[in-house]
Amino acid sequence: MSSLLIDDVSMRFDLPDGEAVQALKNVTLNIKEGELMAVLGPSGCGKTTLLNIVAGFLAPTSGTISLGGKTVSGPGPERGMVFQQGALFEWMNVRENVAFGPNMKHMPRSESDGIVDHLLEVVGLRDFKQKAIYELSGGMQQRVALARCLANDPDVILMDEPLGALDALTREKMQGLVLKLWKETGKTIILITHSVEEALLLGERLLVMAPRPGRIHKEYRLPFAELGVGADLREVKKHPEFGPKREEILSMIWDMEEEIMGRAEEADA
Amino acid sequence: MIILAIYIAIFVGAYLVVRLVMSGLAKAHDFTSLKTVTFGDESAVKANTAASIISVVAVFLIWGAFTGSSLSPVHVPGPFVGDASFTYTAEAEDGSRDDATVTVRVFPVGEDVEEPEVEPGEGFAKNDAATLGAWRSTLIRVDRNDEIGKREGARVVAIDGKPIAPGETVEVASGVVTLTPKGTPNYKPAQGWQMEPIWLPPPEDVIRRIGEIAQEGYQNYTLLEHLGWSLFRVLLGFFFGALVGIPLGYAMGLSGWFRGWFEPIVEFMRPVPPLALIPLVIIWAGIGEVGKIILLFLAALWIMTIAARSGVSGVKISKVHAAYSLGASKWQILRHVIVPNSLPEIFTGARVAMGVCWGTVVAAELVAAEKGAGMMIMVASRFQLTDIVIMGIILIGVIGYGIDILMRMAERWLIPWKGRG
Repeated sequence: MSSLLIDDVSMRFDLPDGEAVQALKNVTLNIKEGELMAVLGPSGCGKTTLLNIVAGFLAPTSGTISLGGKTVSGPGPERGMVFQQGALFEWMNVRENVAFGPNMKHMPRSESDGIVDHLLEVVGLRDFKQKAIYELSGGMQQRVALARCLANDPDVILMDEPLGALDALTREKMQGLVLKLWKETGKTIILITHSVEEALLLGERLLVMAPRPGRIHKEYRLPFAELGVGADLREVKKHPEFGPKREEILSMIWDMEEEIMGRAEEADA
Repeated sequence: MIILAIYIAIFVGAYLVVRLVMSGLAKAHDFTSLKTVTFGDESAVKANTAASIISVVAVFLIWGAFTGSSLSPVHVPGPFVGDASFTYTAEAEDGSRDDATVTVRVFPVGEDVEEPEVEPGEGFAKNDAATLGAWRSTLIRVDRNDEIGKREGARVVAIDGKPIAPGETVEVASGVVTLTPKGTPNYKPAQGWQMEPIWLPPPEDVIRRIGEIAQEGYQNYTLLEHLGWSLFRVLLGFFFGALVGIPLGYAMGLSGWFRGWFEPIVEFMRPVPPLALIPLVIIWAGIGEVGKIILLFLAALWIMTIAARSGVSGVKISKVHAAYSLGASKWQILRHVIVPNSLPEIFTGARVAMGVCWGTVVAAELVAAEKGAGMMIMVASRFQLTDIVIMGIILIGVIGYGIDILMRMAERWLIPWKGRG
């Protein structure tokens, strides 16, 4: 079992003006293999910081991250990353982008071609193999990003608001695709999102974080992701528990935002 | 001033005519032509093809018209050419007066003419004859053959019957006559509006020169050799500048030590115009090829360094992060992410550098060279060979423009993703 262990991670850094920011405080999480965890929270709650620490782009000031028993000390191919947008290489075509990971490992073309063809088939871009990145729509570009990440066969996929820049319709389609890929590949996925609805639909586990200092506020286990696999996501939204849960979490985040605003006003006064 | 007024008149006139003609034709129905707001919408402004064509034609037409070119159907009045005459009245000391005629044969410069034959005429003042090139003026010593000359106290008091005193000017049929302070008439035939070939030769002279110098050469080298040497220097200087500048720029973009070390040097050298380095380069390396290559190397170096550095700075961190997450090593990141990502910036820098190098090489050749486009026009200007100077300027412009077009074509071909990231 290669579960992802986030053990008492804190992140604190100094600002040039002498103040210090506590971005994360004592975050402990155990994400089991094959889990899909959505992370939600108001801006400034440290969710992107947490993801960057797991990816290995940032070192925590205290605590450790380990994947399958091995401590994380930098970026690596076992932790794939999908960014919001603009992380594709526009000087390569779709095929070359997806084959990037295998090529870095010097995998022979005969082998990588099979992987690329299969993944483009899965994300529905079989006919776009030779297209340039800038010829694709935003939704198609994110499909390429997903395929590129999967081509490396990572243990964990880290998604930093991967659907945030898409329009509502494309977004809904892509949510279905994420669920499908999760189920078919059995990968561990951590997904950061701003959208409560998306977190409810995709998160098998849902983590709500609170700001100042960034910490885990509440955790849910939700049935909707399982229900949504291969089903119409709009049907899932009609589930009797879906609406109340959404309201609960929304008001929770609202309260946090209000508190931040209130504190800011106090500070101003 | 007259030329500017004519040019503006052509500009406005052509606009009105083209608009009149266009309004008669069927209207286009593409998207742009259906826009109602065009003032302020830059995307709706397209260069008018008719305006471009008329603009180029107008330049050559004005050039031709003001130089009496055989290529131009219209001409402004040229200088007076032919036989002109005026009479002068000489007054002897005793108050007696006599008239005599001066006949001047004005000929186009370069032709051989004989002095017109004239009868000496009656009285003490005798008729005179002279020859004169167009656009020139000449003193006519009218008293030379007179029976009572200046030495005997006679002086010129009137031209064509109009009284004149030393320093005054009188208009005659084909020009003006001015009496010098010493009392000698100075005849200046009408100049017209055309330019003398020594200032501005007609277009066909320039074209003829191109053919002539392409075949026979000028100053020991043919036209192709002159231009080829200039181009060769530019390419070699640019090549070395890019060879050193691009890796240096990458190093400055990737390492704090390199950036700290080279930033003061680059930031100081960048605003120094390459032309200001010419004297120093001549002192150090002489006026031969080495000096020129060093100068062009320095002209291209800083531009390419800064272009490569900003190309590295311009890489989105998410791309680098993505590559690391896909298992790329540092070397692979450089090779597959940073270098291709910086190509658009480097190409922009290369275009600027080529332009600067081309300007610098011509300037360096103006100062000192045995061959090259700049040397050709510099030497020609010393001999007042204006047609070669103008030919050289036109060819320098054409080549500079050609370089830029080639670079842009290469850019479209090599980096189609530019601006679409």
